[in-house]
Amino acid sequence: MNWKWDLFFDSFPIIVKGLKVTISLTIICYIVSLLLGFVWVFFQRQPIKPLKWLMGWVMEFIRSTPPLVQLFFLYYAWPTIPYIGVTLEPFTCAIIGLGLHMSTYIGEVYRSGIESIDKGQWEAATALNFTTGQKWKKIILPQAIPPIIPMLGNYFIILFKEVPLASTVGVLGILALANNYGAAHFRYLEAITVVALLFLILSYPSSLIINWIEKKVNRRFDKDLALKDS
Amino acid sequence: MTKPIVQYKDVHKSFGDFEVLKGIDLNIAPAEKICIIGPSGSGKTTIIRMLMTLEEPTSGDIIVDGTNLWKMEKNGRMARANEKHLRQVRSDIGMVFQHFNLFPHMTILKNCMVAPINVKGLSKAEAQKDAEEMLEKVGLKEHMHKYPSQLSGGQKQRVAMARALVMKPRIMLFDEVTSALDPELVGEVLEVIRDIANEGKTAMVLVTHEMDFALEVADRVLFLDEGVIAERGTASEVIEHSENERLQEFLKRFRSSNGNGSN
Repeated sequence: MNWKWDLFFDSFPIIVKGLKVTISLTIICYIVSLLLGFVWVFFQRQPIKPLKWLMGWVMEFIRSTPPLVQLFFLYYAWPTIPYIGVTLEPFTCAIIGLGLHMSTYIGEVYRSGIESIDKGQWEAATALNFTTGQKWKKIILPQAIPPIIPMLGNYFIILFKEVPLASTVGVLGILALANNYGAAHFRYLEAITVVALLFLILSYPSSLIINWIEKKVNRRFDKDLALKDS
Repeated sequence: MTKPIVQYKDVHKSFGDFEVLKGIDLNIAPAEKICIIGPSGSGKTTIIRMLMTLEEPTSGDIIVDGTNLWKMEKNGRMARANEKHLRQVRSDIGMVFQHFNLFPHMTILKNCMVAPINVKGLSKAEAQKDAEEMLEKVGLKEHMHKYPSQLSGGQKQRVAMARALVMKPRIMLFDEVTSALDPELVGEVLEVIRDIANEGKTAMVLVTHEMDFALEVADRVLFLDEGVIAERGTASEVIEHSENERLQEFLKRFRSSNGNGSN
């Protein structure tokens, strides 16, 4: 098999058109998972034990099943369930499926951040008579969020690389377009290479940005620690 | 005797199967200074943590200025207090912790402003004026734009006091506030407590291991042992002239371990 530049250049503009879908799907899924992550944390921290266990199991279930299976379930199986079944648009289906899957990981990241806050911070906030909402807003979250920003960034890149799964339920992102192009020309090499190249071009700078943020955040915390000992 | 600002009535507290406090009865007069001494694990800290609403008593009542702290009337019956009730009663009480618990993400000044602004609804300018005044009083005004991590332990503890005092509590609780400090930093913290005590407006309950300090500032000293108040009286009665054997034992052990005569 030999490489054909003309096919590469011919397919490139066609496939790039899918970037808009791929990127917007990534961003929307990410926002959904950032918000839903808070919901998981809320259920784990509210006082009603059975509800806590139930949601814990649901979360575990979502995390232990492959996202591809979840997408297939949502797209093909759910509409056939009586009463609650709804037929979903491919794009909506991908948002729900991938967003929900990612949110269980994001929820764990939030939890680790919140649990890293010393009990004394809660107690001082109580002693100053803050409301529960104020404790979260003024005291806990401002300390819990900065250290987990690098982790949240990594999950963004992971999510970006999972988004091509959406092509399996008919979302026309770059992978689906390349696949179509390949089928039409009986050649996949150049088109799929374009897809890989696009992911590389987008992921690599993103991970550089995240490394940079990580260093910045860590430096701040190192400084605090160094001063604490002195 | 004037009407007490705080009353403990047969207060018990258990952690699991372990009963830490076995019936505490105590009246605190307005502006009274009380020191609680006793061996570790005797429940000293638990007494004041229940008043700060950080621990709920297993049984008994704590009355703050005539209001039951942990119980409220609901449909004609006494029920467990809700957060709204607790917040109302709690506004009279302030606390300083052993490990300072300053907010590390805020400057010293912000630490002292965040509660007055959000809880008391003061304007930013008012809150800043109060905070600066209080930081001046504890001798840290020139550091007010620094972060807690840039201060020494003694300075942190003084900030923690300023932060509690700007809320103008009528009852101040001090939970072993010098225990986490290097010996040479203890003096500056006690100095501030002495100033608050001398102003005489605030009732103070100090859980402490500083016997000499207790002798100096306390109107009354309580010796807590195995979950009960085993001895109570004026500072000199309890620390210098008590016949209670367990107390003697405690003080002796205490003095020998503190033999260098700190403070």
